[in-house]
Amino acid sequence: MRLLGKLGLAAVACLLWASSASADTTVKWLHIEVNPAQVKIWEEVARSYEASHPGVKVEMQFLENEAYKAKLPTILQSKDRPHIIYSWAGGVLKTQIEAGVLEDITDSVKSGGYSDTIAPAALAAFTQNGRVFGLPIALSQVGFLYNKDLMAKGNVDASKIKTWDDLLGAVKTLKAAGVTPIVVGGADKWPLHFYWTHLAVRIGGKPAFDAALKGENGGFAGETFQKSGELFKQLVDLQPFQNGFLGFKNPQAVGYFGDGKAAMILAISSFYHTQRALAADKVGLSDDKLGWFDFPVVPGGKGEPSDTLGGITGWLITKGAPKEATDFLKFFISKDVQARLAAGNFIVPVVKGGEAGLNSAFMKQIAANLAKSNYHQNFYDQSLGPSVGRVVNDVTAEIAGGSMSPQDAAKAIQAAYKQGN
Amino acid sequence: MVARRIAIASPVNVAGETAPQTLRGPGWDGRFTVLILFLPPALLLFTLFVVLPIGEAAWYSAFNWNGFGRPTNWIGLDNYRFVLETRAFWLALRNNGLIIAVSLAIQLPLALALALMLAEKFRGAVALRMLFFMPYILAEIATGLIFSFVYDGDYGLVASIWRTFGAEPPHLLASTDTAMLAVLIVVVWKYFGFHMMLFIAALQSLDKSLVEAARIDGATRTQTLRHVVIPLLYPTIRLSVFFAIIGSLQLFDLVMPLTRGGPADSSNTMVSFLYNNGISRMRVGYGSAIGVILFAICVTFAFTYKRWFMRDE
Repeated sequence: MRLLGKLGLAAVACLLWASSASADTTVKWLHIEVNPAQVKIWEEVARSYEASHPGVKVEMQFLENEAYKAKLPTILQSKDRPHIIYSWAGGVLKTQIEAGVLEDITDSVKSGGYSDTIAPAALAAFTQNGRVFGLPIALSQVGFLYNKDLMAKGNVDASKIKTWDDLLGAVKTLKAAGVTPIVVGGADKWPLHFYWTHLAVRIGGKPAFDAALKGENGGFAGETFQKSGELFKQLVDLQPFQNGFLGFKNPQAVGYFGDGKAAMILAISSFYHTQRALAADKVGLSDDKLGWFDFPVVPGGKGEPSDTLGGITGWLITKGAPKEATDFLKFFISKDVQARLAAGNFIVPVVKGGEAGLNSAFMKQIAANLAKSNYHQNFYDQSLGPSVGRVVNDVTAEIAGGSMSPQDAAKAIQAAYKQGN
Repeated sequence: MVARRIAIASPVNVAGETAPQTLRGPGWDGRFTVLILFLPPALLLFTLFVVLPIGEAAWYSAFNWNGFGRPTNWIGLDNYRFVLETRAFWLALRNNGLIIAVSLAIQLPLALALALMLAEKFRGAVALRMLFFMPYILAEIATGLIFSFVYDGDYGLVASIWRTFGAEPPHLLASTDTAMLAVLIVVVWKYFGFHMMLFIAALQSLDKSLVEAARIDGATRTQTLRHVVIPLLYPTIRLSVFFAIIGSLQLFDLVMPLTRGGPADSSNTMVSFLYNNGISRMRVGYGSAIGVILFAICVTFAFTYKRWFMRDE
């Protein structure tokens, strides 16, 4: 009896404790950021939100990028799902919205004029049929980072590289001078798909992409996309990449560039920052040795020279998340925090006024490029969703390895697009 | 050998022939109680974690489904057709065949030869056994990472060996011609120690008197080996072959850190192909179809092998 009594007391205590605990709200925030310097700022933002909002706890959880992508469908359908998750917008987001696993946060975002503080194009990436499901955090642009010393050694003037043929010429000159022209992380495949997709952006512009989505003009097997492959093959045939490029993972390749072993890298603008951390000496190339030129244009192409390829990344609120999650997200995507992240060169901000934090000439130039772009194409492997996007990655790697013709590559993408939709 | 077999067999015969009526009753009762008590937990676990997932995979394989919500888009056997139409699938199948061939033709003979040497008692035998067994203890992912450094064409061990001969070092993992070869070398290196240990254990439990008898009869070392020792090892060799083949079919975690199945799918195995094309692409139906095909291959092999080669065990 005594024992039973004790058990009863314990049970009552448990109940009391549980009810007092549930008075507090925990916001579960799942991220994939590996840069400790950036995570530190996020942590500080979370702690300061907790300080000004008693009873709310923000809990950060981490998953590695590839693991996150693979596990996400299961995570989202579990009862214990995180409230805030990372997103590259595009096709995956569309699937998630259709599956009903995301929370519609339109009202909260529109209230108090908050949504007006965000760049419209970036917000649009997280909006479907006028309903908002997440908030953008950063933009990025794909273009060529180059090493000024090595370009000088090969007698190449990077500012003169305007067309695709200019690039081919520069590669030939650099090779003749004994400089490795371009480094690429071919094992990861997506660094190679930048070439093919940016060529498509230059050749066909927005109309070609939109038409392909509708299956017009032969879809992704159409002329624009075959030509992208052919031009890419012209580059590949010059053997512009470092030895064994198909075995290099992206961090290795970025480190190789940071070590000053190759003249160029087709980079996401954030590589400007990561090449330092990934270089063998952890210093990498300093600002005065680093240059940038936009992806060259293709003569006769329908795309504007100002069109950009890049990422739009952000955060989504999952179905059934407490309202504090949205509230915290709005606190996180604010002018002050954006300016702080911009000052660390981590992001190109999406909140108006956030660009005031940008302090390097390089990041300012990227921000200006993105501001004047009328067509910002999200990464294909994100915007087309994994079932088609991964095929784009695969076939571009095959073109680079010489095991597939540009025509077959375009057909393979179209076949995957038809199978998946 | 013959005598012993009879000795073991006879009590069963006697029991079975002399008193079938009296023994069967209580014997069946006892077994029935045992079945009622001990079978359900095992059966339940087996159903929950083996039978149901297989059934589910077979069910999913009939849908075009990305893993969200319930599968609704029924496409019948189309996923199987898609799999069979994929070039990478046939490459993966070929690679699995290669792994099996290399396991049987190189790994097992190597393991057997080493076992024959190291089963003897001599100074350092135990240390050598440990040394050869070490790769097996190492985690697969760690092994893959270590070898991706070894194979690195700029800084790796292979590169520096190449350079001492004054040649331009190759990037083994980055070429469609050599990536699979590089994986095969790691497979042999990693698992020969395991098979060696199986053989050593079998050799040590061998009836030494048979070997001695052969010697007394004037058999040479080779003759003893060929006609006495190896035939006595057949059960273990059959088991080893079984493990090697099933292990080869399931190979995944060595491939991922080394090549991820690339370049251009040249080093995919069935399972890494499933991961790259089913899971990464969020095509659960397609991936399930690959899984079902792999399952069918494994089950067919396991039962045929058991029936043909392992009937006695």
